[in-house]
Amino acid sequence: MSDQSTPLRRFWAEFRENKVAVVALVVMVLMGLLALFASVVSPQNPYDLANLSLMDSRRPPGFVGSGGYTHLLGTDPQGRDLLSAIFYGLRISIQIGLAAGFVSLTIGTFLGILAAYLGGRIETLIMRMVDLQLSFPAILLALVIVAMLGQGKAQLIGALVAAQYAYFARTAYGAAKAERGKDYIEAAVATPLSTRLVMLRHLLPNCTPPLIVVATVQIANSISLEATLSFLGLGLPVTEPSLGMLISNGFPYMMSGRYWISVYPGVALIILIVAINIVGDQVRDQFNPRLRR
Amino acid sequence: MTDPVLSVRDLRTHFFTRAGVVKAVDGVSFDLAAGEILGLVGESGSGKTVTGFSILGLIDAPGRIVEGSVMLNGTELTSLPEAQLRARRGRDISMVFQDPIATLNPMLTIGQQMRLAINAHEKLGRRAAEARAAELLTQVGIPSAEARLRSYPHEFSGGMRQRVAIAIALLHRPSVIVADEPTTALDVSIQAQILYQMRDLAAQTGTALIWISHDLAVVSSLATRLAVMYAGRIVEQGPTATLLRDPRHPYTAGLIASLPATSKPGEPLAQIPGTTPSLLSLPPGCPFAPRCARQTPACTEEPALTIEADRGWRCFHPVGQMHEEPA
Repeated sequence: MSDQSTPLRRFWAEFRENKVAVVALVVMVLMGLLALFASVVSPQNPYDLANLSLMDSRRPPGFVGSGGYTHLLGTDPQGRDLLSAIFYGLRISIQIGLAAGFVSLTIGTFLGILAAYLGGRIETLIMRMVDLQLSFPAILLALVIVAMLGQGKAQLIGALVAAQYAYFARTAYGAAKAERGKDYIEAAVATPLSTRLVMLRHLLPNCTPPLIVVATVQIANSISLEATLSFLGLGLPVTEPSLGMLISNGFPYMMSGRYWISVYPGVALIILIVAINIVGDQVRDQFNPRLRR
Repeated sequence: MTDPVLSVRDLRTHFFTRAGVVKAVDGVSFDLAAGEILGLVGESGSGKTVTGFSILGLIDAPGRIVEGSVMLNGTELTSLPEAQLRARRGRDISMVFQDPIATLNPMLTIGQQMRLAINAHEKLGRRAAEARAAELLTQVGIPSAEARLRSYPHEFSGGMRQRVAIAIALLHRPSVIVADEPTTALDVSIQAQILYQMRDLAAQTGTALIWISHDLAVVSSLATRLAVMYAGRIVEQGPTATLLRDPRHPYTAGLIASLPATSKPGEPLAQIPGTTPSLLSLPPGCPFAPRCARQTPACTEEPALTIEADRGWRCFHPVGQMHEEPA
């Protein structure tokens, strides 16, 4: 029973059939590794201002700078090696995306399952709050919150969570509500099994497939939302640029032929988000019984 | 007869809907002795499932037990607060549902959910709990139970899943199990196996069974006593053999006559004319009167319970007694 057909193995076997998704997964993992080991693979530490020389600013790709090495992707207005800046920016973007994704997953799932389990007034209260929130565009909400809280990683994550937990709450609620009516939950509720156990052991595991799908999509969304906020100057401090801020930094030079400052971080961002989305789509298709072959 | 483990008296469960009061169960009484199997038979909407749910106190709004008593081992259940009722459900009295797919959590292994069911009532170590679970799975006829504890519900067939559900119901050796059409969703051959196993289990463990079914043929091969329900009432009740051989209530007689086994090949099956009346607009008096061949003006009165030895019925013109069927 357990050797060949664990759910995970079957899942992977099916996942492997989609070559595009496998490539996307490889790209995703690769970018994750680059971000994780940014300090090892980067030729320069872009956050150490002592390393930077203004003489090297805005140089085109292939330029050999005062540090003695080739800037493969050129340099930005501060004289940072763009390749290194992208690696470090990737790190920050992924960090924030993951953190915001997991915190909103936790909060949203908790609220959704609680609403579905308890029903009545608490259900109404939580779900109307979620509806209210969903009626605002996420970007607007995040903007307002960052403007209120100020800049910084924690504030940014807080703003992203506030903008996104509602999607998780909605998904968890829908899944939990459907399970709630089934006999095994009714039976568990009718016995002295604690509420906590019913929610943790019975409800939560049955809500996971749709939540995983939403989580992949929302992590990609967090990353692009963070990039948007940074591009608008509301993200992280200038000394620790994320991908969005790098794009923003290069924007004034776009029309003067120095395309690389904006374009390369932009390409990195697009590749990351597209890769996550392709993987997310494949996961969703595999969890959707109607699309099963 | 020894003291009954379960004694239901004049149970009335009504549903207060917008369209009016639905008297789904209207004055049901019966006793159940240890190890006895009571077959609760009736058409859809006759109130047999609501009776089962009422016994366990599982009636949700807009329904309510308006009257009557349910005594389990000398404890009145209808007036018990929900917390104490929960402490008894699954331990002293448990239930097997009709749909074996929705009864089990698809994301937990059989062992995990059986352990949850055990720990709901008593703290038992993992080893001990698994040993008990395996023992019960073996009892309900699941081979290599130890290994099967690690399987998920989707790895079982419908019949096997229902056996697991029965094993879970038996975990705490309850005095009474209410089984709500547990074999209806299964193949006939599996049905028979499970029926025989249940009969043996009831005899071995002393657990009394209430077997709810619309299928007289199934129940009669299993139950020691039969109770025939119609429109929220038990219209006839007695030992299975007596009832089948010599029914008194015309409805019981009609049910028996419509069994395929009793009819001749090539002949159309006997039917009871008409359909079950709406519970919202029951005819006055005997609810079966409009469909009954023996109906007389007297039937507009509610027939009282006639008791004769170990059986009882509610009819003014019982079959096989005062007069024969008019030609």
